[in-house]
Amino acid sequence: MSSEVETSTEEQQEMQDTVVSPEKAEEIKLKARYPHLGARPGGSDLLRKRLQKGQQKYFDSGDYNMAKAKMKNKQLPAAAAEKTEITGDHIPTPQDLPQRKQSLEASKLAF
Amino acid sequence: MAGVGGGNDFQWCFSQVKGAIDEDVAEADIISTVEFNYSGELLATGDKGGRVVIFQREQESKNRPLSRGEYNVYSTFQSHEPEFDYLKSLEIEEKINKIRWLPQQNAAHFLLSTNDKTIKLWKISERDKRAEGYNLKDEDGRLRDPFRITSLRVPVLMPMDLMVEASPRRIFANAHTYHINSISVNSDYETYLSADDLRINLWHLEITDRSFNIVDIKPANMEELTEVITAAECHPHQCNVFVYSSSKGTIRLCDMRAAALCDRHSKFFEEPEDPSSRSFFSEIISSISDVKFSHSGRYMMTRDYLSVKVWDLNMENRPVETYQVHEYLRSKLCSLYENDCIFDKFECCWNGSDSAIMTGSYNNFFRMFDRNTRRDITLEASRESSKPRAMLKPRKVCTGGKRKKDEISVDSLDFNKKILHTAWHPKENVIAVAATNNLYIFQDKMN
Repeated sequence: MSSEVETSTEEQQEMQDTVVSPEKAEEIKLKARYPHLGARPGGSDLLRKRLQKGQQKYFDSGDYNMAKAKMKNKQLPAAAAEKTEITGDHIPTPQDLPQRKQSLEASKLAF
Repeated sequence: MAGVGGGNDFQWCFSQVKGAIDEDVAEADIISTVEFNYSGELLATGDKGGRVVIFQREQESKNRPLSRGEYNVYSTFQSHEPEFDYLKSLEIEEKINKIRWLPQQNAAHFLLSTNDKTIKLWKISERDKRAEGYNLKDEDGRLRDPFRITSLRVPVLMPMDLMVEASPRRIFANAHTYHINSISVNSDYETYLSADDLRINLWHLEITDRSFNIVDIKPANMEELTEVITAAECHPHQCNVFVYSSSKGTIRLCDMRAAALCDRHSKFFEEPEDPSSRSFFSEIISSISDVKFSHSGRYMMTRDYLSVKVWDLNMENRPVETYQVHEYLRSKLCSLYENDCIFDKFECCWNGSDSAIMTGSYNNFFRMFDRNTRRDITLEASRESSKPRAMLKPRKVCTGGKRKKDEISVDSLDFNKKILHTAWHPKENVIAVAATNNLYIFQDKMN
């Protein structure tokens, strides 16, 4: 709490003392919205996110088969509305995984 | 602005637009790369759906004078399919990141296309003759009864409707742990390089089961990672030289004669930064999204978020020319960071004579700079200005204060309409501009 107060007086100081460059002004705006930004080396975080591009999908065949065995007598649950959300609480089934269909359609540029 | 380049006034005119007009753009239809071949006769596009479409320029003919120089579909094929890496539980996108043509050496055309993990060499060949008069089968393919054959005949080649076939001749796989961002054919026409975030590999076009690692910037401890490779290109004439750019805005030139592993650069290009102007955004906007050698091989051009820089290979400490693409975005960096636009990777290109350069921006605007006259122009790829041979009107972004008529204010710019990929015909003033799912072709009136 106190660090936030300090930052805002710092900001006011800055704005009073110097003409803040547009880039710096944007940085102040950003830090005001996300106070914890840059607390850790931001570069590494951004880079790591970049290296990991693409969501990880989880499918555990053991979990799936056990769930299927339990539900043998019941209907299989309807596919989740939000197909991209696979969380730890929910046991994904092949129906839930977003379909990675092959592109059978021709490109519209070719018409 | 009167014109770009060599004293002649360029007048860019609309020529063609390819693609659907729907408001709802399917993700797969988003164009991800555009590339002319060495003669400019062929123009290839790749999209997020892993498909390649190749256009061929019509020959001039008296019969159809209006279609002079028009590009029409020549071949289309599915280059890459979506895959799933079961070991890491990661999807491998089929999006075509880059297409690079090989110089033509016979009747067929060859190109390299790559997604995040796999590079493929495609052969595109024409078939316009068919053999007729086989002995063992009928014209419709049914086998003839061998006991009924009483005489031998020689099959004759007969003309048929042109068929263009694409076939994958080589598949270069399993050499990249990280995502491939660049491929570049070497001037020796035998090898090519592929670059991902941390490594660059050198391949021989004939050999698919191994490649040489020539750059490796992966730190022993990933916590110490400070920069990644963003682009790489082979020198156009010196087959031992290549460059790679980084997310920190630096370019390293390497000489493959110096060592097998080129981790130590021969030249290091970096513009000194004014420490007082440093901000949270400095490193992000300095990240180089594209690097291209000039045709002459004397210069190279780099694109970072707000500018294009031309470097003389003989001078490492600063670029010789800097062009502002959309400086007005500097006061919008906060929102551009929040909507991820600050990470958009714009490409850039040279014209055939290296006198002009082109790069894209937002709102379907693209910019051209004349290196000699230092004049620049902003044009727009839009359906509104797409009447045949209509001249494009220069556009202007109003940065503050009173907005003049025909100007557009920064806050009205559509940041979803990004022009990331553009290409310039190697010899003529014909340009191809990819606007999301549409491909625009513009020609100079003088053409």
